[in-house]
Amino acid sequence: MSDVEAITALGDPVRRRVYDYVVAQDHEVGRAEAADAAGIQRTLAAFHLDRLAEAGLLDVVFRRPPGRSGPGAGRPAKLYRRSAADHVVSLPPRDYGTPAALLAEVVDALGAEGDLERVARRHGRAVGETAEGGVEEVLARQGYAPYRADGAVRMRNCPFHAVAREFPPLVCGMNLALVEGLLDGMGETGLCARMRARPGECCVEIASKNNDD
Amino acid sequence: MTDHHLAQLNVGRLRWPLDAPESAGFVDGLKPINALADASPGFVWRLTDEGGQDATSIHPDGDDMIVNLSVWESRQALWDFTYRSDHLEYVRRRREWFQRPTEPIMVLWWVPAGHLPSLEEALARLARLREAGPVPEAFTLRRPYEPDGRLAPT
Repeated sequence: MSDVEAITALGDPVRRRVYDYVVAQDHEVGRAEAADAAGIQRTLAAFHLDRLAEAGLLDVVFRRPPGRSGPGAGRPAKLYRRSAADHVVSLPPRDYGTPAALLAEVVDALGAEGDLERVARRHGRAVGETAEGGVEEVLARQGYAPYRADGAVRMRNCPFHAVAREFPPLVCGMNLALVEGLLDGMGETGLCARMRARPGECCVEIASKNNDD
Repeated sequence: MTDHHLAQLNVGRLRWPLDAPESAGFVDGLKPINALADASPGFVWRLTDEGGQDATSIHPDGDDMIVNLSVWESRQALWDFTYRSDHLEYVRRRREWFQRPTEPIMVLWWVPAGHLPSLEEALARLARLREAGPVPEAFTLRRPYEPDGRLAPT
């Protein structure tokens, strides 16, 4: 299925609600949970979940609930999670990924990470100075999918995933500088950004300076 | 378990001796990050010197060169430890402690599961990568090969 068709699958507002719920979770979601979250019947939730999976927007896994295994545990449940694939639609067609990868390779070869971080910090600060709303709102608008855990703000999505996967230290360092600049520009002097890379998440977390560990 | 494990060698030239204050940020990270590696999913083995803690006293090419030689169950396991754990912060800060390399400093190759590569074997793989670019016998994370010699999807 093409990227345009994938995006088109989100045209239905109920399906969009189901999608938004699933991708915001830190766990795989079954149809009952999705139905409750979207306020719809389970059969309808299952229909939308399967459509989203067909469109390549969600991945399907079959898993038994934790703690249940062996004979008598029943059939594994069908669960859904955010697709590992990116879907990009640009009309007219534009390709920013290729130049980003080429430029990253040059910065890497020149050892110019320091310059990239300086530029990123300046850019983040400029964005922060004019940003409306709180930190989590601003990060959410930029696609980071922030959530709170252990007193910190963490982010489920890396907006730079395609190029970060190819040049992790370079792009993750840029990202840290961007977020530091953003906090600075927003006048959030009580918060600090720091590296906390984990599989499947953004490499940065935001913590309060007071309970810094 | 798979028949093959992934070996990796990483070399670096220090900007200052390990006991210099400029190297402290790196040296302080050795113990926690080595412990993190040892406990990481898919970790198999890493080379240690006679001290048994790390490999910092092994200098194959001048006192300023240190090595990191390890074996992992898969590329994903190595990748997740390298770039998706607290290790990433040390990779990001590597220029504070290491000279900027002018040729490849990290090489990967497949070994039969159970085989622990020697440093000589590892250095030969690095030399191969440096002379031939990524090939099935000596490749990189950015251009990886499968154990059967096919180019891996990235």
